[in-house]
Amino acid sequence: MAQAATASSPHGLGLGDPGLTEQVYALARRAFLRVLRQPSQIIFPFIFPMLLFAVNAAGLDAATKIPGFPADDYRDFALAVPFMQGALFTAVNAGTNLARDIETGFLNRLRLTPMKAPALLAGQVGGVIVVGAIQAVTYVLVGLAIGVDFKSGLAGLPVLLALSILISFAFAAIGAFLALKFGTGEAVQGFFPLLFVLVFLSSSSLPRNLIQTDWFQTVATYNPVSYLIEGIRSLIITGWDAEALALGFGVGLAVLAVALTAASFALRSRVGQT
Amino acid sequence: MEVHRRGIEVEGLVREFKEVTAVAGIDLEVAAGEIYGFLGPNGAGKSTTVLMLTTLLPPTRGRATVGGFDIAREGSQVRGVIGAALQEAALDPMLTGREHLQLQATLQGLPRPERKARASNLLDRVGLAEAADRRVGGYSGGMKRRLDLALALVHGPRILFLDEPTTGLDPQSRTALWEEVARLARDEGMTVFLTTQYLEEADVLADRVGIIDRGQIVAEGTPATLKAEVGRPSVEVVPVDPGQIDQAHAALQKFGDCGRNGGGNVTVSLPDGDAQLADVVRALDQADVKLASLNLHAPTLDDVFLAKTGRKLEGSGAGSDSE
Repeated sequence: MAQAATASSPHGLGLGDPGLTEQVYALARRAFLRVLRQPSQIIFPFIFPMLLFAVNAAGLDAATKIPGFPADDYRDFALAVPFMQGALFTAVNAGTNLARDIETGFLNRLRLTPMKAPALLAGQVGGVIVVGAIQAVTYVLVGLAIGVDFKSGLAGLPVLLALSILISFAFAAIGAFLALKFGTGEAVQGFFPLLFVLVFLSSSSLPRNLIQTDWFQTVATYNPVSYLIEGIRSLIITGWDAEALALGFGVGLAVLAVALTAASFALRSRVGQT
Repeated sequence: MEVHRRGIEVEGLVREFKEVTAVAGIDLEVAAGEIYGFLGPNGAGKSTTVLMLTTLLPPTRGRATVGGFDIAREGSQVRGVIGAALQEAALDPMLTGREHLQLQATLQGLPRPERKARASNLLDRVGLAEAADRRVGGYSGGMKRRLDLALALVHGPRILFLDEPTTGLDPQSRTALWEEVARLARDEGMTVFLTTQYLEEADVLADRVGIIDRGQIVAEGTPATLKAEVGRPSVEVVPVDPGQIDQAHAALQKFGDCGRNGGGNVTVSLPDGDAQLADVVRALDQADVKLASLNLHAPTLDDVFLAKTGRKLEGSGAGSDSE
């Protein structure tokens, strides 16, 4: 997709080589507008995690009485989960929108411009990440409104947002990979239940050391989602837990690296142009 | 020829998809500034050819240059000199027409101060100024096609590929698009490679026509040459008095093959073309045949297609009025 700078068109238009930053910004802006203008892509990622949070907080409050449970109020413990669920919606939105671009031929339109391949990926997921960041801020505000005590204090909020955005980025890259690999919105949405199961098979409802069922504890231990949730959760219920944060950011970066690499290969394979 | 004046040159281009050969070794040349009509039925290989020439699909075999650049080895240079409106108007229903053009202008590398003006200019030119700030999801088929054309022109390309640009448009939108394409070639010297399944479109717009069927070019030339190759014009006369059919038949026999049809008319081919029309009228007058009507039928590209392939061209009518 990369192209050498074009000096000028035959019609006197002074064409330059658009920089990567400008291309990413233009595509991210488009992706952001696209999500904003589709109410379903806004409402469900905000409402659904909050509804599940409310149900879990009400139904599982008794879990706080288990010896060794790390929080006095289950809401404090459970607030980390919406961040993860929001990231899943981000993945599906990013993937579905990219798949629609493939299906409608919009990707071909982009391929005919001097756009650089990394700009496509960064732009497509970048716009959706902005929505993910807004979601994260909303969850924080909801937490503050219902009296969740953020143990890491004000200084922890930017870190929490940074980790949340990293998770959204990583899962949006997974969505982009699925779109580029399979090329249809239906295929991307078909993976959503699978991704959601990953959240349930993690330490989302209970700390890993308190999960009594052996196989569940083993799955949760090998499930990278556990470490993403625990990283966020540590900032809410523990304060500054270097190990949890290192694992959270480390796993997030690893998922991002794998997903972006896979998406890049899938993009190269799909465009297959000269 | 200098690179910047080169059109399109294709030699033995082939594209195979597993069991199917979509394009089976075509050769063609399009001169700079020419409008080339690529005519054929659905599935003939028109769009596959366009995808290869626009670098979106690698050819299986053969070679082609566009604007002097090799499509297989110099893809980025090819993309720098072409604009393309592909078969489906690939638009984002959530964006407005203006947002589409500004995005395209940014990605094409137009300097920031020129982007808005270029977008407005193109929106004016394709008649979308009033709808510019409406989301494309609410556009009609014709409006989407016009926006598609504007997007292909954002960076001022030298060579324009239009893949069935008027399919599904109403006659008014189709005519407007034809006028714009003709203007681009005439006033701006743009080379246009246009695929179509409409005979009239190729006839009206194209300087030269290539007819493709089952992946192979079966005829090529100017519309007039192709039509002249397959047939001569004919005259159909209908006497006021059906009893004069025999007189009319006798008067026209000297011009050539003369047929008497069941509908009370006589048809004769004119071996020397339209120039014989006056002689026909004189002959009928001398035979004292009073005419209810006299029609001259020129051969069409459909006749050419029929002669070359043994079949009528599908969808060669006016198309649906979907707008």
